[in-house]
Amino acid sequence: MDFMSLFSEYNIPGAFLVNIEITVWSALFSFIIGVVLVMMRISPISSLQTIAKCYVELFKNMPLTIIMVFMVLGAYAQLKLSFSDNFDMNFFWLAITGLSLYTAAFVCESLRSGINTVPLGQAEAARALGLDFWQSASEIILPQALRGSVAPLGNTLIALLKNSTVAAAASVATETSSLMSEMIEYHADLIIPIFLIFAFGYVILIIPIGMITTYLSNKLAVRR
Amino acid sequence: MAENSNKKMNVSEHPLVELTHVEKHFGSLHVLKDINLQVNKGEVLVVVGPSGSGKSTMCRTINRLETIDSGTIRINGKNLPEEGKGLALLRAEVGMVFQSFNLFANKTILENVTLAPMKVRHMSQQDAERQAMDLLSRVGVASQANKMPSQLSGGQQQRVAIARALAMQPQVMLFDEPTSALDPEMVNEVLDVMVELAQEGMTMICVTHEMGFARKAADRIVFMADGQILEQDTPDEFFENPKTDRAKDFLSKILTH
Repeated sequence: MDFMSLFSEYNIPGAFLVNIEITVWSALFSFIIGVVLVMMRISPISSLQTIAKCYVELFKNMPLTIIMVFMVLGAYAQLKLSFSDNFDMNFFWLAITGLSLYTAAFVCESLRSGINTVPLGQAEAARALGLDFWQSASEIILPQALRGSVAPLGNTLIALLKNSTVAAAASVATETSSLMSEMIEYHADLIIPIFLIFAFGYVILIIPIGMITTYLSNKLAVRR
Repeated sequence: MAENSNKKMNVSEHPLVELTHVEKHFGSLHVLKDINLQVNKGEVLVVVGPSGSGKSTMCRTINRLETIDSGTIRINGKNLPEEGKGLALLRAEVGMVFQSFNLFANKTILENVTLAPMKVRHMSQQDAERQAMDLLSRVGVASQANKMPSQLSGGQQQRVAIARALAMQPQVMLFDEPTSALDPEMVNEVLDVMVELAQEGMTMICVTHEMGFARKAADRIVFMADGQILEQDTPDEFFENPKTDRAKDFLSKILTH
């Protein structure tokens, strides 16, 4: 068995595609949840602030593997949360749910660091004109905060893409780390090459994200 | 002056802005001590005093950007609501111009002026833009309407900030040291707009160190020191015959050159 035949025997790009799909969906959902969380955190209602703060502390400090295992053994097996009758599809969406809930905490923190780049005077001017909290947040604070948090959000996206391999813990069998284990099991003589394929695969995927992030973060920076 | 007597005839049964026994602490610091102030419609009030005397804080309590510990603040006879929709609506009636301009950095000059009329007053975009262009021409920056705030000079930004506040058609305008952050050559372009506004009969409360403006535009000077209002008088009386030692001392320090 030689190195090149690994590529014909296994669908390696397909496995990466699964991780990319998981990442895209999780990025979308975690972004939405993260925006809601950060709005709660800056809202004038203290109970909402507390809920958001507890959520962030809970998910930020919990290992992702535990969340993913819980999604399968707890949320699915015990609490009967099911997305699809198709086994693979069900685990795929359970993994996305777990990753989204987890990553939302980091999205919230990234956005909050962006909000800290918005001078207090912006909110005061909005309030002084009679805009309410929602109007100030959606028109003035969040648009500027978003542009100020491109860099930390990019880092969160990079972490998310790498974390998508933990979907293996949620029984997603087609993604990269599952495929890597399978390949190593049958080709123990090629452990190092197999390892390098996946390691470099991620490096190649992630370097452009970093570059785009840096570019956008400069281009979108709010000029004051 | 004929103008002044006109203004006095406008006085209705209650003052437009009324602060009664207002007290405020920042921690252990007593920043506002028993502030009693009445501002009538059409009156131009200039608040002067040394740094840290509570002038800005008092100005900011009038639209509740600063809360107060006790006392009452009434606008047009109504108590200032504590929060929520009522407060937002009242703030819409009180225009504010800040020391650091605070133009919305993610909006164009035109959008800065149209945003609140559209969102708060539900004005149509067309009407809001027409009004905004009128106001921007009035303050002399109409040609900059499509630029971003950071592309304008400080003086231009502050004039836009005045236009933005005027777009809400406020009953009273608060100016919190509007020229203090400006390069010297830009101070006059902002003061000119303020003088014009005063002459048109706008009710104004201005915290400023510009004594020339105070003499020219003020109906009344309020002198504050250590969180208290020590003197209230016409500009002529205040500058020629200050009553308290604090005011004499203050004037001797600023009027020497």
